[in-house]
Amino acid sequence: MGALLTVFLKELRENARDRRTMLSALVLGPLGAPLLFTIMLNASVVGRASAPNLVAFLEREGVRVHDIPGGDAQAAAIVRGHGTRLALVIPPDYGARFATARPARVQLYTDTADASAGTDRARAQSLLRGYAGQIATWRLQARGISPSITQPVVVDEVDVSTPAARALAVLGMLSYFIVFATLMGGLYVAIDATAGERERGSLEPLLTLPVSRSALVAGKILTASAYMALSLGLTVTAFSVCLRFLHLDSLGMALELSPRIGLAIFGVVLPFVLLGASLMTIVASFTRSYREAQSWLAAVILVPTVPIMFAGVYQVELRSSLLWIPSLSQHLLIGALLKGDSLQPSDVLLSVGTTLAAGLLLAGIAMRLYEREKILG
Amino acid sequence: MIVLESLAKRFGGVEAVRDVSLVAGDGRVTGLLGPNGAGKSTTLRLLYGVLTPDRGRALIDGIEVATDRRAALATMGVLPHNAGIYPHLTTRENIRYFGALHGLAGAALEARIDELCGLLDLGGIADRRAKGFSQGERLKVALARALVHRPKNLVLDEPTNGLDVLATRNLRDVIRRLREAGHCVLFSSHVMQEVAALCDEIVIIAGGRAVARGTPAELQAGIGGGSLEDAFIAALAAAGG
Repeated sequence: MGALLTVFLKELRENARDRRTMLSALVLGPLGAPLLFTIMLNASVVGRASAPNLVAFLEREGVRVHDIPGGDAQAAAIVRGHGTRLALVIPPDYGARFATARPARVQLYTDTADASAGTDRARAQSLLRGYAGQIATWRLQARGISPSITQPVVVDEVDVSTPAARALAVLGMLSYFIVFATLMGGLYVAIDATAGERERGSLEPLLTLPVSRSALVAGKILTASAYMALSLGLTVTAFSVCLRFLHLDSLGMALELSPRIGLAIFGVVLPFVLLGASLMTIVASFTRSYREAQSWLAAVILVPTVPIMFAGVYQVELRSSLLWIPSLSQHLLIGALLKGDSLQPSDVLLSVGTTLAAGLLLAGIAMRLYEREKILG
Repeated sequence: MIVLESLAKRFGGVEAVRDVSLVAGDGRVTGLLGPNGAGKSTTLRLLYGVLTPDRGRALIDGIEVATDRRAALATMGVLPHNAGIYPHLTTRENIRYFGALHGLAGAALEARIDELCGLLDLGGIADRRAKGFSQGERLKVALARALVHRPKNLVLDEPTNGLDVLATRNLRDVIRRLREAGHCVLFSSHVMQEVAALCDEIVIIAGGRAVARGTPAELQAGIGGGSLEDAFIAALAAAGG
């Protein structure tokens, strides 16, 4: 026990001084949370003052509007430079033309070569059309003409996606990211403690000490677990903070991450930390060098995210029969927590139990690996 | 005291060590001399327990390494070939880590670290992180680390590799002082002058076998005079190396 603690404290301190470890544990996960913002429609607007009602309408519809100074050139530059996917330029004469019921032009700058901007573009166009249609209706009504006379054919688009389904897609992303960030938190610790230690030539001296090798390995796995737990905590906190500023309800989603729910998410993912740390330790122990370990682990940490991706695509709902699968069970429990469902104790127990059992099994395998002569490479 | 009895170790089709026996006594420096690839490192690895012999046994103060590894290792300080230290830890922290794993703690451990920093002239870098240390500085830290628990027996694998003249000389002084303090020192080298300058007893290894042993004088006498180098070459020739 003493050796385990000694290894744990030393690795903890050593890794705290390693920039790569700290970046991946402290920065990467929390940085991912703001990425969620990208699902929001962002638009830059030039000349808001000329059309305050139009901009207010867009904001009411959930568009995040950034004012930029300048004119056409700036709008084109910012879209081309991918500063934003959409820029709306409102010319100075917009107000005058609008007031006299002449067609008031605005320019929507987009980059059609940017395939990922397609949905944003379509949504912006439909919003602007909607606004124009609303104004036209009012103008006709003011002149005593029924607006229906201008609509010989009406196309009603029916969006069959429900707010819940849209929310579920976001949830899938969220749990995917939480699991990924958790693994990243321990990635460099696991590499450094195994392949790194061997490459530096400090593994052989370590193995000549009169301590059990299982204690050494346990200390290393525990350190990776601690960094993973730290990363997990920071990531959940960052999401909780970000979601407070992100008004997802404007997209028709109700998504809340209160401190209580955040803590519950931390709790259901925590058992997964041991599994991830042991898995990475095993894989890194087989590799010959730091670099090789890095390449292998980059692929291996995707493995636990595969079930989550499938669950996202097929919109798998929480079922007890699926909760014995680690990482999938964490995903399903996170989803249930975010939707505000209360968890069945038996479900939580099944998830925690199987995940911990798998983690202990892998930790045992890692310890066995270090009893082999070949561990020195 | 270190005793090796007919050690043998095979890796796949390669017989790295075929038959090595030796006795390294207390208060003596024993040199394992042999060309590169002769089986020196494998022999020492069998001795300090990271490899298990196919045949034969290694005894440290009467304890067999293969059957009671931890007890045997407790009395041994080991400096493996190209031993690395932790770059993010200071000299003191590097030494303290191994001390703690030997079960030392508190004031006794700190006093021992101070003592080692004095013995190995590490005062100037005691509180600096090891990243960027020279080869000589790294070696001294690794040696201090191996000595932290005052081991009765010391095993050094090619300790002078990559050291400059001054650092080599300092290391020699340290080894002599350890001998005077009654330690059993076993070290390997492929440099003959190295071994000649330091050893009370030499064991020449070639092709995985101990082919000659004795004091430098005995080895020279064995070939009817001549230099130690002649004796070394003659031993290798006799072994077919």
